[in-house]
Amino acid sequence: MKIYIPLDSVAVALGADALVAALQAEADRRGVAVQIIRNGSRGMVWLEPLVEVVSDAGRLGFGPLTLADVPGLFGDLGAHPKALGLVEDLPWMKGQTRLTFARVGVIDPLSLDDYRAHGGFVGLDRAKAMSKAQIVAEVTDSGLRGRGGAGFPTGIKWKTVSEAAGDQKYIVCNADEGDSATFADRMLMEGDPFCLIEGMAIAGLACGATKGYVYLRSEYPVAVRVMNDAVRIAREAGVLGPHFDMEIRVGAGAYVCGEETSLLNSLEGKRGVVRAKPPLPALQGFMGRPTVVNNVISLASVPVIMEKGAAHYKDFGLGRSRGTIPLQIAGNVRFGGLYECAFGLTLGEIVNQIGGGTASGRPVKAVQVGGPLGAWFPPSLFDTPFGYEEFAGKDGLIGHAGLTIADDSTDMLAMARFAMEFCAIESCGKCTPCRVGAVRGVETIDRLARGDTSAIPILTDLCNTMKLGSLCALGGFTPYPVMSALTHFPDDFARSKEAAE
Amino acid sequence: MLDSSAQTDRIAEILTAHRGLEGPLLPILHAIQAEYGHVPQAAIPQIAAALSLSKAEVHGVISFYHDFREAPAGRHVIKLCRAESCQTMGADAVAGRIKAALGIDWHETTPDGRVTLEPVFCLGLCACGPAAMVDGRLVGRCDETLVAEVSE
Repeated sequence: MKIYIPLDSVAVALGADALVAALQAEADRRGVAVQIIRNGSRGMVWLEPLVEVVSDAGRLGFGPLTLADVPGLFGDLGAHPKALGLVEDLPWMKGQTRLTFARVGVIDPLSLDDYRAHGGFVGLDRAKAMSKAQIVAEVTDSGLRGRGGAGFPTGIKWKTVSEAAGDQKYIVCNADEGDSATFADRMLMEGDPFCLIEGMAIAGLACGATKGYVYLRSEYPVAVRVMNDAVRIAREAGVLGPHFDMEIRVGAGAYVCGEETSLLNSLEGKRGVVRAKPPLPALQGFMGRPTVVNNVISLASVPVIMEKGAAHYKDFGLGRSRGTIPLQIAGNVRFGGLYECAFGLTLGEIVNQIGGGTASGRPVKAVQVGGPLGAWFPPSLFDTPFGYEEFAGKDGLIGHAGLTIADDSTDMLAMARFAMEFCAIESCGKCTPCRVGAVRGVETIDRLARGDTSAIPILTDLCNTMKLGSLCALGGFTPYPVMSALTHFPDDFARSKEAAE
Repeated sequence: MLDSSAQTDRIAEILTAHRGLEGPLLPILHAIQAEYGHVPQAAIPQIAAALSLSKAEVHGVISFYHDFREAPAGRHVIKLCRAESCQTMGADAVAGRIKAALGIDWHETTPDGRVTLEPVFCLGLCACGPAAMVDGRLVGRCDETLVAEVSE
């Protein structure tokens, strides 16, 4: 009997480890030989822990599985109360275009054989036969843009580093995925770590870099463990070595280190303070040397681009948003999880059709797209197609493609206040608009909460100053959630003095 | 009390083990904290000397990051996510009840040294909030019954 039980953080947080022990004990008691494989998550969080039993027809899913459901796995599987049928046939799976996440949840994350059997290293092998310029051209032609949030064309960044002079260059993977509603990086690293390693190795070839670092946040202990194991296995197999080697570095709980220059300072062992640009990290990055800093998903999308060709990837998407995007549907949502598809679905389709509306059953009030620095979208903007320019056109951003769904019990003034409070807590302190502005922002919103509407122009002006004057996106984008809440939900800010008192 | 010469020797070992790394300070601080539960004050001059940094620079790094402790935490640590996705699932109310049950606020430790309560901004469990981490163990869809897990 071959059974898959995810090692993914979500499955573990919902009891997967206890299930493994119970399943093994039940099998021993019955004298049945079981092979338990810890896979990544399929991304259907509402079904986790999702256990899969291998049958002649394919992998049968059972979930969300509890300890009481374990003995039933040894009986008539079709009659099991948690039986879902073939996992590949579930609507959530069939509706997706899984390019970057093709192997996540499918393979044993730490088996190189499994990885190879599912197309692994085809892209790297192809890259090895190409010149640096050819690899850069392939990535540029794919239209891939930075999936961390900024959306800068990955190929252009690589070209700059590739052509920069320097005897030591670096590939740095930004795995400091601190935005609420985002977990694509975590799922990829836990479910298909060799994909990230392959992407970084290809980047190394393209740029002439022989050393890579993954800066991985400490809040992701499972990902840290899996990535460290994967790097060791890849090194033993000769995938990594003197030609290109890498290290996993663990962050220390500072949100701002997701900003690339702050990350580089942290990686160098300094306070994670933002650096002014220029100089660009591409020219003077880690240790002052030419450095590619790319998000996990950007790098993990490269192997499939190299495997299937730039045109295949570019054929998906809309406008200047090419390829696929792993949507992370979260918050108060009925069907939450990771859904990879081409750019272009409308926000309403994502929230209502894929996400199934709220978990509470109450109406959706707002959706924050792009993490704590993203704007809140009301249902009246649900016709916005999911794309970089399309969201920018509505005074928002897609960021790392995380969506926090909130129901009608949500107080948008409280959410705006939280955005400013979060910025105040996490500001690195280097620039004044962010360091001081966020504190004044909390105070100003507190005035509004007391019914002092004269504070509205002050808040608007303050947000403008932060937006234009901050050194990085933390101070510069905190106005997005604040101003969108104020613009779209004015009633939440119009508190009468009497009520407040 | 820790034997100070044993501590000095152990920290020297950690420093030696990290020799040759580029930018070794964060890995060193993580290793020291894994050993002692915090970064002892006495370690700072030792680290500074080994890395040719000033004591102020080392202190500056320790104080910048939320993870590094200058004093030991309680015997158990509960980290509750305060970020937006968890908020939409009632994280604030859960935090309020846990604070009341423990009689402490954020960043505080119960007087008996049993539990420290800390906020965390995102554990990547955003579709099964509210999320928590109890002594390093991840918990999804948590509530105030977490408190029972750290009773002794």
